[in-house]
Amino acid sequence: MTSEGTNAQRPETAAAKPGASDWAIELEKINKRFGPVHANKDIDLSVRRGTIHGIVGENGAGKSTLMSILYGFYNADSGTIKVNGAIQNITDSRHALALGIGMVHQHFMLVDNFTVLENIILGAEDSRILGTSLSRARSELGRLEKEYDLKVNPDALIEDISVGQQQRVEILKALYRGADILILDEPTGVLTPKEADDLFRVLRTLREQGKTVILITHKLREIMAITDAVSVMRQGEMVKTLETAKTNPEELAELMVGRRVLLRVEKGESHPGKPLLKITNLTVADDMGVVRVKDVSFAVRAGEIVGIAGVSGNGQTELLEAITGMRDQRAGDVIVNGHKLFLKGDDGASRARAAGLAHVPEDRQRMGLVTNFQAWENAILGYQNSAEYGGGLMLDGTAARAAATAQMQRFDVRPLNISLKTSLFSGGNQQKIVLAREIGRDPDVLIVGQPTRGVDIGAIEFIHNQIVKMRDAGKAILLVSVELDEIRSLADRILVMFDGQIVGEADPATATEGELGLMMAGISNREAAQ
Amino acid sequence: MDLNFLISMLDATLRLSTPLLLACLAGLYSERAGVFDIGLEGKMLMAAFAAAATAAVTGSAWAGLFVGMSVSVLTALLQGAAAISLKGNQLIAGVAINMLAAGLTTFLGQQWFRQGGRTPPVSGDARFSSIQLPFAAELRNVPVVGEIYSVIISGHSILVYVAFLMVPLTAWILFRTRFGLRLRAVGENPKAVDTAGISVRRLRYQAVLITGLLCGMAGAYFSIAQGAGFGNNMTAGKGFIALAALIFAKWRPVAAMFTCLLFGFLDALQIRLQSTPLPVLSDVPVQLIQALPYILTVVLLAGFIGKAVGPKAGGVPYTKER
Repeated sequence: MTSEGTNAQRPETAAAKPGASDWAIELEKINKRFGPVHANKDIDLSVRRGTIHGIVGENGAGKSTLMSILYGFYNADSGTIKVNGAIQNITDSRHALALGIGMVHQHFMLVDNFTVLENIILGAEDSRILGTSLSRARSELGRLEKEYDLKVNPDALIEDISVGQQQRVEILKALYRGADILILDEPTGVLTPKEADDLFRVLRTLREQGKTVILITHKLREIMAITDAVSVMRQGEMVKTLETAKTNPEELAELMVGRRVLLRVEKGESHPGKPLLKITNLTVADDMGVVRVKDVSFAVRAGEIVGIAGVSGNGQTELLEAITGMRDQRAGDVIVNGHKLFLKGDDGASRARAAGLAHVPEDRQRMGLVTNFQAWENAILGYQNSAEYGGGLMLDGTAARAAATAQMQRFDVRPLNISLKTSLFSGGNQQKIVLAREIGRDPDVLIVGQPTRGVDIGAIEFIHNQIVKMRDAGKAILLVSVELDEIRSLADRILVMFDGQIVGEADPATATEGELGLMMAGISNREAAQ
Repeated sequence: MDLNFLISMLDATLRLSTPLLLACLAGLYSERAGVFDIGLEGKMLMAAFAAAATAAVTGSAWAGLFVGMSVSVLTALLQGAAAISLKGNQLIAGVAINMLAAGLTTFLGQQWFRQGGRTPPVSGDARFSSIQLPFAAELRNVPVVGEIYSVIISGHSILVYVAFLMVPLTAWILFRTRFGLRLRAVGENPKAVDTAGISVRRLRYQAVLITGLLCGMAGAYFSIAQGAGFGNNMTAGKGFIALAALIFAKWRPVAAMFTCLLFGFLDALQIRLQSTPLPVLSDVPVQLIQALPYILTVVLLAGFIGKAVGPKAGGVPYTKER
């Protein structure tokens, strides 16, 4: 890939007409409001043809809104859109498609029980009778597959293929409609690292073939890895457009958040005390009866963070669920502060809580929150029967609301509105609501699963600091995360889990990513050393 | 149980399953498009009344059918407006239609005809008579094949043939046409349809319109083909049995036909058992026998069909995010 000449950062003053056709997309002064929310404020953006252009920003910065306007899903309140140098008034998605703009949405727009081919032709059928449309699409698909190296079985049902494959179908759908400009909204959020690499390879191929790609993401690593230029958005405004080669993750993070952000966690030495959480010979089976945790024993001491690393699906989820009383253990004990917990039965989770064990679940929307509840109701969830909120029969709403306000203030939840429906908070703020609830009760042991999944950079920093603060207050913290970087920067001790067993222990200060990777693939410490 | 008994049973089965089949296919269009319809019963009842009233006044069965279908379509559009445009709860909209139909038909019947809510009986051209298919009379004496043709297949009203022809037609529309692809897509994932640049609302209204047409036909069949005039609440829950058949058939047209035939057969059996009790069943109260089709509905739905997964977006009004 050769350099883009001058660069994609275009001076606002230069309404330069001569080179106008170099630009695939030019947006000028785009405004969009949703009620009181000003989602896009006077946005200018120029995307050079044949490049990969990244758009970064925290959740709620207005990236997706801007792209939905470009794709005709929403109409802008004001502003002009130029496609290939000509002013266009994009009224709906069909119009955008006709102009050669295709979009791969964050949540795929596919019909699960249709075949790949049926999904590709939906809305772009060239005949009233399906048979002819399908056979024409089949040969066209063969051509596209060869040209862009995008293999996929046209007759497979969407529900039977992997998420990575489904994404390919979305890309093929756009290409089938003749897209020259492809918008991808958070494409790697649902992909495994391997699938993400495959996607990047495809995007590079698209660029080689002269297509323009707009990549929306909040992962700076991806921006640095694949884009030619990057635009940063913050709170509905376009902050800056930079050439990727001339910037770095720290600068982008600062532009995104509006202040300096530490991409590494700052923490001092740990001073571990007596073990607060002891797991002995724990064996756990999943819903299908398959043993997922096999005879696992370890301890977490006061004042230390133990991180469990591993490729997801190696028993971490079942381990967390058993320790926190959400799943019956087959054998073994969970000992908190010297007391053996009896966790079997449907109320195991509440007994675990009563014993001083707090839990931030892996999936906050499914297990940590009732998203249809107001924030204050979620702030007491799991503790609703405790005496301070009325003690069971009647709920003391005033006390609960006061506690919720205090929690949300302490954890800087925005907006600070305890009556707002929880689903309306951003991912980071939802996670803060859960953390505030669990940490707020001053537990002895904190179990945290995927603390920063789908959370903004600014909030990640805050959440990490809170976890470190808990440690420094002498609590025992068990952290499970699929983000190896997170484990390495946060944990004082790393246990690696593979196939339901703890296969090794590592010191984050000395262990390299390679060593951990080997252990995660099931090769133990000693073997790795040889 | 001799052959004649069987043949006459099957003949009755065809007649009794026709309105079920029409209503079931009607529901299929709307539910495949993601609009749950428990108002099939109400639409049929409205159509039955409108058809009988028109036929009684004009003396024309075709005029009756036309008005019956028109009234059903208007009712369907009213329900559609509530469920699609106004994004109301689809179940409530259906219940409202059923209640409206039950009250309105009786009220108007009494106001117009003063016969306790019934319409005057229709006969002659005001009713769809049975059609003898070609060679039916000639083949009558050919054993088995001839009897099947001339007794079971021939000799029904035109609506019976239309209903059964609708089965392959519906299957073809659903699985072989662009409209069918989009209809199924909008019931599964309306956002995928919207982002593909197709109007979700328009598709759903089209589906509801077809539902109205077919319900209208089913209603008219009750009052001016199978029966001879409208009687209070004459659809007697058949709309709900059709709905059960639709779920049992997992929203597939050919399976829907066989399910409706099964329910029709039970109905025929139930009628037959009332007049000629079989030796074993002679002590069973007649009410229990009458309840058979309904009991079967519950049993089938409760346990015997496995997991019936309907169109995923069914019952949810479509709104763009935010």
